[in-house]
Amino acid sequence: MSRLKAHQKKTVTFRLNGLPVRADAESRTLLSDFIRHEIGMTGTHVGCEHGVCGACTIQVDGAPARACLMLAVQAEGTDIRTVEALSPGDDRLSALQAAFKRHHGLQCGFCTPGILMSLDALIGARPDAGREEVRDHLSGHLCRCTGYATIVEAALSALDDIRREDNDNV
Amino acid sequence: MKPAAFDYLQAATLDEALDLLHEAGGDARVIAGGQSLVPMLNMRLARPAVLVDIMRIDDLRKIEAEGNDIMIGAGVRQAQLEAWPDLSARLPLVAMALPWIGHVQTRARGTVCGSLAHADPSAELPLSLIALQGNLHLRTKRKRRTVAADDFFLGMMATELGEGEMIEAVSLPSRSEGTGYGFNEIGRRHGDFAITAVAAVVTERSASIAIAGVDDRPRRFDVPLPSDPGLDDALNEIAWDLNARDDIHASARYRRELVRRLGRRTIEEAAACLV
Ligand SMILES: Cc1cc2nc3c(=O)[nH]c(=O)nc-3n(C[C@@H](O)[C@H](O)[C@H](O)COP(=O)(O)OP(=O)(O)OC[C@H]3O[C@@H](n4cnc5c(N)ncnc54)[C@H](O)[C@@H]3O)c2cc1C
Ligand code: FES
Ligand code: FES
Repeated sequence: MSRLKAHQKKTVTFRLNGLPVRADAESRTLLSDFIRHEIGMTGTHVGCEHGVCGACTIQVDGAPARACLMLAVQAEGTDIRTVEALSPGDDRLSALQAAFKRHHGLQCGFCTPGILMSLDALIGARPDAGREEVRDHLSGHLCRCTGYATIVEAALSALDDIRREDNDNV
Repeated sequence: MKPAAFDYLQAATLDEALDLLHEAGGDARVIAGGQSLVPMLNMRLARPAVLVDIMRIDDLRKIEAEGNDIMIGAGVRQAQLEAWPDLSARLPLVAMALPWIGHVQTRARGTVCGSLAHADPSAELPLSLIALQGNLHLRTKRKRRTVAADDFFLGMMATELGEGEMIEAVSLPSRSEGTGYGFNEIGRRHGDFAITAVAAVVTERSASIAIAGVDDRPRRFDVPLPSDPGLDDALNEIAWDLNARDDIHASARYRRELVRRLGRRTIEEAAACLV
């Protein structure tokens, strides 16, 4: 790639929730702002913009990562998932989302999209995960409402549901 | 909370990266995982004119055994090293330290060498490098040099890296027979920067500890064996020798106490896995 000058724009292309997207970004445009303002998907939240709160967490090539600590230009060619990808259809919730609703895993909901994307990655990679791993994944997130206990319960309950579903399908 | 404007190059080869670092001199900065640099850009604590992205350079993404050393390229992310199947067998100390670095979400992007270049005084990887007495392989457009761990860290976020120079790889000595390793850390919460972290390397005849989070850089000391009654005195001297300071996270006194207690515990744990 040639050098992108300050203030100059470049077209960035990547897959977002399974579909190709393209839009223009300056070198300094953060991926979180690119997804929200250029693509117009506002499910990904922005809290601290220095990597601490986890509200902006998305999945980049399958791994949870901070969108506020990536430049949009760094996302070129990657495969990105945001919270909008979780629901299996209109007015339907994924097992993880349904468990959050059941267990009151959210109150104001500001931290929720980021937490869901971290937990979704954990469930995908380690369906046998237990409480310790759930807590370890949550350590990268701040929630000012719930006190975390209901989030842990929701995650464990979703893991149970998913394991049961897998067994039923054997 | 948005970065100031900068020129950006996603380098495809190491030569391309080194050319631009050379041309732009002190105005250029490497961006690797971005987990320390982007927060500084967002807060405008850093305003480089040029950023050179090294993460698409295939040659830098390797973990390789070279003789007794494990070479870790500048493009290797912390998560990639964590998932390396030989990690516990070849680099047991690093295997113990890695889970303490930030969170799953930051390790997915942050690199091993980026943490060394950043040189945070409480960071786990600089501590491991000092404890294991590894080497850094530095490179400019014109020359290469190898710098020993003890000569690399100069102070709080200050290193031996010169203008236009980057870390190409770090090499760490592989586990040797008859050596035990220990690692412990105290922080406010798991994933926070350490208030104090300790690494120990113990053999039948020698013991050493390295300490992060107390002085302005990680430091290493030879200490008596855990069976030696002089160990506590030695740890106490080390605690006073380090320039512990009060900050919002802990007092200097608390840090000295951690050096004494965590120091002994870590040395004992290292000795226990000697067998
Ligand atoms: C919420 C949070 C918690 C964290 N907790 C911890 C923690 O507990 N312990 C810890 O150690 N770290 C922690 N970190 C920082 C860690 O995640 C970073 O990965 C690491 O410090 C820097 O690595 P990087 O690849 O992200 O480097 P970058 O952010 O890309 O770069 C950091 C600095 O190093 C320079 N640099 C990078 N690579 C090279 C190279 N090859 N040659 C020359 N210079 C280079 C850059 O120019 C920059 O100055 C945390 C970060 C966050 C956001
Ligand atoms: S907004 Fe990205 S971590 Fe807080
Ligand atoms: S639900 Fe309000 S911050 Fe988590």
